Parts: sequence; structure tokens; C-alpha cells
Amino acid sequence: MSNLVKIATRDAYGQALVELGKTNKNLIVLDADLSAATKTGMFKEAFPERFFNVGIAECNMMCIAAGLATSGHTVFASSFAMFAAGRAFEQVRNSIGYPHLNVKIGATHAGVSVGEDGASHQCCEDIALMRTIPGMVILNPADDVEARAAVFAAAKHEGPVYLRFGRLAVERINDENYEFEIGKAVTLKEGKDVTLIATGLMVGRTLEAAKLLENEGINAKVINMHTIKPLDKEAVLNAVKETGAIVTAEEHSVIGGLGSAVAEFATQEAPAPVLKVGVEDVFGRSGPGADLLDLFGLNAENIVDKAKKAIDLKG
Amino acid sequence: MDIEERRNLQIMACKVRLGILEAVYNAKSGHPGGSLSVADIITYLYFNQMKVDPENPKWEERDRLVLSKGHVAPALYSVLAHKGFFEVELLKSLRKVDSILQGHPSMHLTPGVDMSTGSLGQGLSVAAGMALAAKLKGASYKTYAILGDGEIQEGQIWEAAMFAGAKGLDSLIAVLDNNDLQIDGSLEEVNSPYPIAEKFVAFGWHLIEIDAHDFDQIDSAFKAAANNTDKPTLILAKSVKGKGVSFMEDNYKWHGTAPNAEQYEQAVAEVRDVLSSLEVENE
Ligand SMILES: Cc1ncc(C[n+]2csc(CCOP(=O)(O)OP(=O)(O)O)c2C)c(N)n1
Ligand SMILES: [Mg+2]
Repeated sequence: MSNLVKIATRDAYGQALVELGKTNKNLIVLDADLSAATKTGMFKEAFPERFFNVGIAECNMMCIAAGLATSGHTVFASSFAMFAAGRAFEQVRNSIGYPHLNVKIGATHAGVSVGEDGASHQCCEDIALMRTIPGMVILNPADDVEARAAVFAAAKHEGPVYLRFGRLAVERINDENYEFEIGKAVTLKEGKDVTLIATGLMVGRTLEAAKLLENEGINAKVINMHTIKPLDKEAVLNAVKETGAIVTAEEHSVIGGLGSAVAEFATQEAPAPVLKVGVEDVFGRSGPGADLLDLFGLNAENIVDKAKKAIDLKG
Repeated sequence: MDIEERRNLQIMACKVRLGILEAVYNAKSGHPGGSLSVADIITYLYFNQMKVDPENPKWEERDRLVLSKGHVAPALYSVLAHKGFFEVELLKSLRKVDSILQGHPSMHLTPGVDMSTGSLGQGLSVAAGMALAAKLKGASYKTYAILGDGEIQEGQIWEAAMFAGAKGLDSLIAVLDNNDLQIDGSLEEVNSPYPIAEKFVAFGWHLIEIDAHDFDQIDSAFKAAANNTDKPTLILAKSVKGKGVSFMEDNYKWHGTAPNAEQYEQAVAEVRDVLSSLEVENE
């Protein structure tokens, strides 16, 4: 584990697309006038003939991607999460999800860590929206290593994938030998008192929380749930069996995201307290991304508090 | 087009209309008005213009058709059935549980359907994506998109029009079924999209205006469109909603209503009359 490297997952996304484009000649990348920010601009530089800017027209972009996919292309379509999942929801649902087309939605700038742009750009609803689409795979990588792996896995997967990337540089937590499999959660630390299930940039903060808990004599298991759909149910089941209490952590609304997915499953198949760390049904605001994470309780301290409560709630 | 070719198309269009009526009548729901207004053009496309193979519906080199106004699925299904993609008998199963004929087109359930549609405003973008793929591959297939005239009130149509014009997608041919009616009334009453021709021209499209029920005009329009090599083409086809059934013609109330038994019989009798006189002429 190296704490020295700090890279935003969107940068890893851009680099991975370029890498992928070298071998996958069928790959096409679309963007809606945000290629500098989403980092698809790197692909544009490398393969200008396979990059198309549709302009500020996200709905149009999703349907063009669908049309390209019907003809055998693997298409990555990128914008900010707000516009990819939000503005174009219905196009994604009807023209990509329903016909189960091979379109990968590269959504960057998810969550409050977007920072200064403020609430209009801080999408904390995208996972909830995408989860409701049958057959949609949702990947939320925790660091640059995982982001790269997720892009490769998405390209290999037959069908629609929603990839969620962040703007903020995050610490690398995985090493080069890291192996990524869609739908297969990664246990980062074993434990017996409580399980912390995190996704995206909250994975790093959750590892921190586990250390703080350890200092207080609480032994927490830590799981990186990089795939929110399909959820690794076995991992949740085992977590409940082994620890009897769960805390989820995500940079997303507590409504409809990872916490909801885990709780929905647990209530039916493995009842146990599931406490959520996430954005508490409020809009974001302007400020430095890292500060906002703290302001909205997306930090180790809050995870620690919730972990203790979850343990108290155990029978 | 010679007399016989035209008559054969007219005969097939009657059969297609009978299929539409049968499907919607048996389903007790569906959209006869817009199906009948576009029946001649879709018949022409599948029987005279498009490269398709009913034995191999996913053939790579085939021409594609996106029924952007997906509610007129009965028109597409009837043409596909008569072309041999599936049994004509199946038209009766429209909208029934377990039928391959969904209320709106599904590309995975129905052989010959190239794209799932139903939500208005998306099909032109999808067709632009298909045309872009053809361009990238150097493939020779054409992509057709069938749009409703009310449908072009959707903003995404103009996003797609801009994209296709800007990228010079010359293999894209859109047909606008200009029947002047939508659900709540006439286009003018609801929210006029006119002038339509000028808008598409301004977005960098070729424009051809025709009578949607005149096979000679249809034929020359599509032949001209096929030869365009610089821009996408819009065929603005002036049509009559409900065409071929007197009491449905030009009446917005027949947009999404199925005929009752009596109305169905009358409708079928009217189309059969035309069909038999055409068949007599043919002998
Ligand atoms: C996005 C969307 N909004 C509304 C509808 C409901 N709807 C179905 S048909 C229709 C009217 C379409 O009118 P037009 O495009 O003129 O079609 P036509 O006259 O050829 O039937 C509407 C509003 C829909 N299918 N999709
Ligand atoms: Mg109309």
C-alpha cells in the first residue's frame, strides 16, 4: 500500500481509454463538450478519428452511442455524472438499457467532491437512478488502479455499464497486481465486530476508520464494493454471518445508493443492522472538495460513530 | 416506376393496411392513424428500396430502419410480416402477453426490428449513430429514420439534426410523416413546429418534399436521397392520418383508438374494395 500516489479516477479513466484504444479498434469515445474535464480528451489526442464531440447535447449523445453500438462498436460516452445519469436518464433507460446495448457511460465529477462548482454539479443521485435500470452494471472505483481495471472490465463486458469517476485526486490503495472482477467485492481487512462496506473514494476513508476503531479495540472488517450492481450478495451475507452489523459508506445520497442496495438485500436474506454513511438527503454546496466531504459527514469519524452504533444495535 | 410495379406496391400497401387494422382490432388498442399515414412509405421501403434479408434479419450489410415514432409499430410489423420476417398470422397477437409483437418495437423480440423505440425524440439520434458507424466502417448500408411531425417538438430531434448535418452523415435518410396531427389535435393548435423544411435546410440537410401516398413521388424521392453524397436527407412527406379508412382520415381522434367490431368491418371493407379493383386491373 502506497500513500504517496494521488490521482483522480477521471485521469485514470482517460489514460485507460487510450491504452484500450490501442488494442480495441472497435472502441469509439463520445463526449459532450467536457472532454478536457472528463479526460476523454486524451483519447481524442491519440485517436482523433474515433472520437466524436456531439456538443452540449447529452441526450443526443446517449442515443448516438446506442446507434453505434447496434453496429458492433464498443462505445464510451462521457459527461459529468449529473448530465450523463440525470439529464439523459430516460435516453439511457430506453435506448441503452432496454435494448441492452454495449454502451459504457463514463460519468465523471460524481459526488460533492466536485467542489467549487457547487450543488448544480454535485450529483449524488446517479447510482440511485442507474440501479433501477435492469441489466445495468454500476462500477464505482476507489482509486486510479481500480479505475483503470474497471474500464478494461467494462469494455469486455457485453451490455451497458455505468462507470462513476471523481474529480478529486485520491490516494492509491491498490497495488499493481490488483485483480478486478465485476460483481466481486474485495475484502481489504478481516474483522469480527462490524463490517464496513465502502465504495469509490470512501474506501480510503473507511480504511482510516478501521484503524481508528482498532485503536479503540473494535475489530472491523472492510470491504470494497466497487460494483454496486450486480451487488456481491455473498460478500454481504458473509459479512452479516461473521460480524452481525454493517456500516456502508459512499459519496452519494443515502437514498438509493450502495447503502440502500446492501440494506435491501440484508433485510430480506440476512437481517442485521445496516447503518449508512452518505449524503443525508441534502444538496451540496461550493467549497474545496475535500472540505465538503467532511462537512457532509463523509469521513472516518462519522464511519467510526456509525460503526459503534451498529455494534450497539446487534441483538 | 412502371405501371405494374406501382400497382404491385399499391396492392401490397392494401395488404399492409389490412394487417394494421387486424392487429389493432385484435389488440383492442394501438395507433391506427399514424400507422395508416406512413403505411405506403414503409411498404415502399421494405419492398422496393431497402437491402434486407428476412432469412437473416441481423445481416451486417442490411439497410437499417429506426421507427422513431414507435407507436406506429403495427405498420412496421405488418410490412415485416408480409415481407416474410415472421408469419402474417402473428399480427393478431399484437400487444398480448408472450407475443413477439410488443406495443412499441423491441429489437430483441421481433425479427427485422433494428432498434427498440417508443419514447419519442430519440430515434433520429440512434439513426445518426448507425449512419456514423457505416461511415467509420466504409459500409454501404443506408439508415432510415421515420419521424412523426408532432415528434419533432422534442428538442433532441434538433440536437440530432445538428449533429447529422455537421458531420455530413450522407447515408442517413429521415422521413417526416407530415400528417399535421398529434394526440391533442393539429400541430398548429398544439405547438406549431412550422416551417419544417427551412429548419432542416438550415441544419445542413437536403430536403425533398413529396406526397406520402404517391408511389411515383416516393420512388423518385428515395432514389434521389440514395444518391446524395454530402449531407443527410429529409423527405418531408405530406400525408393523411388514417389514410385508406374514410372515417379515420384526418381525424386526430383515431390517433390511438382501436375500432370496434362494426368499425373494423367497415374499415376492412373499404380497403378490400381498393385491393380487389387493383387486383382486377392487374389481371
Ligand atoms: C417522449 C414521449 N412523450 C410522449 C409520448 C406519447 N405520445 C405517443 S404518440 C404521441 C403523438 C405523436 O404525434 P406524431 O409525432 O405527429 O405522430 P403521428 O401523427 O404520426 O402518429 C405522443 C405525444 C411518447 N410516446 N413519447
Ligand atoms: Mg402527426
